[in-house]
Amino acid sequence: MATASVPAGGHGDPTRRDFLMVATGALGAVGAAAVAWPFINNLNPAADTLALASIEVNVQPIEVGQAITVKWRGKPVFIRHRTAQDIKEAVAVPMSELPDPQTDNSRVTDTAKKVRPEWLIMIGVCTHLGCVPLGNKPGQDKGPYGGWYCPCHGSAYDTSGRIRKGPAPLNLVIPEYLFTTDTLVRIG
Amino acid sequence: MASSHGTPPVFNNKVIAWIDHRLPIFSYIEKEYHTFPTPRNFNYFWNFGAIATVMLVLMIATGVVLATNYTPHVLMAFDSVERIDRDVPQGWLIRDMHMNGASFFFIAVYVHIFRGMYYGSYKAPRELLWILGVVIFLLMMATAFMGYVLPWGQMSFWGATVITSLFSAIPVVGDSITTWLWGGFSIGNPTLNRFYALHYLLPFVIVAVVALHVVALHVHGSNNPTGIDPKGPQDTVPFHPYYTMKDGFGVVVFLIVYSAVVFFAPDYLGDAANYIPADPLVTPTHIVPEWYFLPFYAILRAVPDKLGGVIAMFGAIAVLFILPWLDTSRVRSSTYRPIYKWFMLILVADVVVLGLCGANPPAGFWIPLSQVATLYYFFHFLILLPILGKIERPLPMPPSIADAVLKKKAG
Repeated sequence: MATASVPAGGHGDPTRRDFLMVATGALGAVGAAAVAWPFINNLNPAADTLALASIEVNVQPIEVGQAITVKWRGKPVFIRHRTAQDIKEAVAVPMSELPDPQTDNSRVTDTAKKVRPEWLIMIGVCTHLGCVPLGNKPGQDKGPYGGWYCPCHGSAYDTSGRIRKGPAPLNLVIPEYLFTTDTLVRIG
Repeated sequence: MASSHGTPPVFNNKVIAWIDHRLPIFSYIEKEYHTFPTPRNFNYFWNFGAIATVMLVLMIATGVVLATNYTPHVLMAFDSVERIDRDVPQGWLIRDMHMNGASFFFIAVYVHIFRGMYYGSYKAPRELLWILGVVIFLLMMATAFMGYVLPWGQMSFWGATVITSLFSAIPVVGDSITTWLWGGFSIGNPTLNRFYALHYLLPFVIVAVVALHVVALHVHGSNNPTGIDPKGPQDTVPFHPYYTMKDGFGVVVFLIVYSAVVFFAPDYLGDAANYIPADPLVTPTHIVPEWYFLPFYAILRAVPDKLGGVIAMFGAIAVLFILPWLDTSRVRSSTYRPIYKWFMLILVADVVVLGLCGANPPAGFWIPLSQVATLYYFFHFLILLPILGKIERPLPMPPSIADAVLKKKAG
């Protein structure tokens, strides 16, 4: 075997040199990809950005019908103390009318599976192109469904923050949250 | 082609001859910018390549100076720009030159693109020249977008939010991509930092692609208003002094208009909301991009579906890449295309209408209007151009550029 000469190598007959070329090339490609990865991953959120991941909010001062906006991960979070009327309207909507069907109950459940229909906690960022919808402050346009209305491209949300009309594809996102007491909620 | 004119240059200056023997930059300049045979019949539309180049140099020069005083941090960016405007010696001038320079760079490039489309400059053998041009256009859009974020005003922040959120429309990986672009969970300091780094980098990438664009141009030489290839020395003049002078004149006229805006209406093309510091909790009621993006913004909003809108917007630029193959007519210049000529002007009107739609809130009749204009835009490229080239009967063409020019003079 050691004395074997280079094969005669007819057309398409792979030689040992061909094999070494392919093997070296493949190893080079894997190496290049391995080096590219740190450069790409470098642009992902850093540890300190990830560390800002949760906040605690005292919801006791929020009266029924009021809403506040808090900042979490650089984004607004809407906390609305819903009225009985709000809840009734949200529950009454048939699933067939929703572009992104979700029950109202599933949107007011914290991570401990406890349902609190009076507290609606959502990321206040339109799922279309990221604007902050109006309707969280008194006097703002709540849109045709009594929830929120995004002035950028005209998306309208209902009293459960579900998309009803306009270009946004999804309901306003519910972050992970947990009521640690009846008045204290941890978001994130 | 170039060597058909004159003999290789002989340099009398010993130093120049010594350098040129080792690094032939002087021969290159002589060949490509002096004796280079250029069609004798250019009109003023042929000025805009040179004008765009001047604007690119001007943007880099003003940008480098601005960078010495700018701070890319969310807490300091807005104030550092205000400081440039108020406290830094001539900072107001450099900033207004840069800010309006972007607009005038786009004006020059849009006219340049129109010239290429009207006179069929993208047709064989100049397809790659055209494609490199579209690449430059895309790089310009990316650079301008990131530059607009740097002052960190309300429009900077929300424009950036809307445009980066476009990528969240991509199925499955969309959200990971936007998080990756932002370097966080929303537009923030990491985003501003990287946009600044890229805004400084991309202009030099543009310079490199412009160099390729010019190399490709000089292989077959410039197109001309008749679209007929030069057939001999009677059809061409040397680039210098004929077109160095004509380009120089055009550049001066263009810069006069530019200076008028810089000095007398520096904020006319901008948005007042960008003088309000960025607030991540309050969206301005009406978000508009800079004017040069409005037609594409209108196409984005015309489609009542998130992913569909994003695809249409990128598609509007993507069709430009395949334009040389969509146009089936073998006649280059609109001068000899009696039907296409009018459709070309209708396309310009269509893009202007799209621009108006993009500038107005998406309500009332602006919505159907933007939808019709969007449909027409794609109709022009994807349906009209392939068919028209087959059914249109071109006008009789003169045998050569010289014939066309001399006949026009006589007649």
